[in-house]
Amino acid sequence: MIQRSLALFGGLFVLILVIGWVMGLPFTSSRLVEAAAYALIALGLNIQWGYGGLFNFGIMGFLMVGGAAVTFISFPVNPEFWGSDGPMMLGRALFAFAIGALIVLAARQAHRIGITGKWKGALTVLAWFCAYVLYRSQLDPAAAYIESAGGGWVGGLGAHPVLGWLFGGVLAAGIAYIVGKICLGLRTDYLAIATIGISEIIRALIKNMDWLTRGTLTVSPIPWPTPLPQDYQAGGMDIAASLIAARAGYLVLALVVLAIVMWLISRAYTGPWGRMMRAIRDNHVAASSMGKNVTSRQLEIFVFGSVLMGIGGAMLVTFVQIFAPSSYQPINHTFLIWVMVIVGGAGNNWGALFGAVLLWLVWVVSEPLSKAVFDFVSYWSTNAGWGAIPEIEARSAQMRVFVLGLVITIALRFAPKGLIPEVVKREG
Amino acid sequence: MTEIIFFINQVVISGLVLGCIYALGAIGITLIFGILRFAHFAHSELMTGGAFIAFLLASAFAAWGIATPIPTGFVVLPLAMVLAAILALGIDKGFYAPLRKRGAKPVTLLIASIGVTLMIQGLIRLFFGAGSYSFFENEPKEIFRIDTSAIGSTRPLVITEPQVLMIVVTLVSVIALHFFLTRSRLGKAMRAMADNADLAQVSGINTALVVRVTWVIAGALACMAGTMLALDVTLKPDLAFNIILPIFAAAIVGGLGQAYGAIAGGLLIGFAETLAVFNWTMLFRPLNTILPDWLQLPAQLALVPTEYKLTVAFVILVVTLLVRPTGIFKGASS
Repeated sequence: MIQRSLALFGGLFVLILVIGWVMGLPFTSSRLVEAAAYALIALGLNIQWGYGGLFNFGIMGFLMVGGAAVTFISFPVNPEFWGSDGPMMLGRALFAFAIGALIVLAARQAHRIGITGKWKGALTVLAWFCAYVLYRSQLDPAAAYIESAGGGWVGGLGAHPVLGWLFGGVLAAGIAYIVGKICLGLRTDYLAIATIGISEIIRALIKNMDWLTRGTLTVSPIPWPTPLPQDYQAGGMDIAASLIAARAGYLVLALVVLAIVMWLISRAYTGPWGRMMRAIRDNHVAASSMGKNVTSRQLEIFVFGSVLMGIGGAMLVTFVQIFAPSSYQPINHTFLIWVMVIVGGAGNNWGALFGAVLLWLVWVVSEPLSKAVFDFVSYWSTNAGWGAIPEIEARSAQMRVFVLGLVITIALRFAPKGLIPEVVKREG
Repeated sequence: MTEIIFFINQVVISGLVLGCIYALGAIGITLIFGILRFAHFAHSELMTGGAFIAFLLASAFAAWGIATPIPTGFVVLPLAMVLAAILALGIDKGFYAPLRKRGAKPVTLLIASIGVTLMIQGLIRLFFGAGSYSFFENEPKEIFRIDTSAIGSTRPLVITEPQVLMIVVTLVSVIALHFFLTRSRLGKAMRAMADNADLAQVSGINTALVVRVTWVIAGALACMAGTMLALDVTLKPDLAFNIILPIFAAAIVGGLGQAYGAIAGGLLIGFAETLAVFNWTMLFRPLNTILPDWLQLPAQLALVPTEYKLTVAFVILVVTLLVRPTGIFKGASS
């Protein structure tokens, strides 16, 4: 088992060296940083799916939440907004939200004054409607004002990006708590569809709340926690070297975060908590008859996994320095992560890590690789008198989706437990 | 009266068209769930693939110079449906049947269906690029404008020819499906297997045949839905990928495994989406003359802004799952 893992990681290392040799160091170094962030996200999914057996198809939503959080924390302050009436109006909207929440909570307690059954249901619906109208009546003018006269958008707080990463994790945890409360009682396929639905709602909100996230206008440049290439260039370094130096700095930071997370979750996995989680995953009826509170444990694990997704999403956004809500797609940000974990080996942290790095490299390399193949075929077919393949660039960009589908179907067929499967220990 | 005609144009017709497409997609998903017990994500790609098959056939017809009185897309539909059904059978044989034979869990099949989605999506984009196509490049899209001045409206009632045909074709196929499920031997076998697969097998039902028939029906209906959607708007590689979630919502709201529930759910989601983004001021504008000044209707009075149209389906889905997880028609719960 150990031998096989070592061989696989050795192969991965060779692959990285080959890519570095063919595509150049600046390209490879930034891919490696992204791979580290994706590894963090894949570990988050590995906690949810591998440890807990929870079916989260809303990863994209948590990545977006993390990205929005780090943008809000670390982007420079927008003085125009703070000097306008915007904060005041937003405060009123928040107040309206609080009152709306109170109305809904009060309606839920209606049975205490003798309103039950259908009447209570009707009252709850009415309360939700009133709360919604009240909130919209305050928020809409505030949003319109900020977008036109109040500085365009809220801006950031100007704090350190690492603080933003942490906030991304906290915010993702908060949302995961709400989502988990709603959805975790559902069986697997319902849970999958419900989480996809919620991630689409999150995407629609972040994309269209221009006053908060600047929506499709995108936010950039988001500051780095480590020195930027421009800082090195100001010190007299040439461009190629400065790119590598800056990315190496970022990579070290990302690897430190990854190492800490890896250590913590490995300890959790081998400890009593991990044992309990696996017991719930394998047979939740038996676990609950042993006195384990299945629902609240599952909520716990859902929140923990989502924290890692939020942090990973924040790291990705900080690295590319631009937060563009319209660039988030379920294929790139949900299904890709799933393929990483399944190919790597669900339930095994090293497997998830391996799958994340491997799949991310396959994902980024499949485009230039298929372009090369198309170029070759096109050259051959032109010589044969059949004419060239049209639109090679656009076509090869689409190839990676096909490659991803192919990888997952092959993996499910021939290695359903992943390349580095979970080690099942048996005692006695 | 103008306002009511506007309401019919904006809500009744477009809600009905959207609802028909959702319903046809949701029937396939719900049948597959009933028989094979897994959520088939690749249904969206069956729809898109079916639409592209129909598009290729229609282009071939145009190239041969065959002109038809009704849009060519509808003429080639039966042939395209047969091809899509064969495609669906092939996908099952190539990807799902080996996993089923191994006794894989439904969750594994769900993930496999996502892999299939990605592969077909990649192939379609590989061959057709990312651009959009129209069925009406060689022939005009006929638009009926029914004059309604007799009842005092200044606007005509507008409906396009594909929309009329679409509603008719959906109605016919739903009735045909109903008779198939209730009257034919095979249809009864299908319902028996959906109720209890083991019992059905023990009582001598050929379950392999039922599975094949399910794929044929699902593939044909998916092709129909995809082609009609492409006829109504335009044909793009992500045509159905964007609406697969509302379709799932329709299937779940109607109760997974319930064919009639899927139809009801599809229409419900279709109308809910159009009603939610409808600007109610347009309907109630005449009231402004009798309402006092402080209660004049605002210019925009939609329940949700247009950008959030797709989220309506998800909100309905989540609320349904919370309040009545088996759907309105009491679908399968295990």
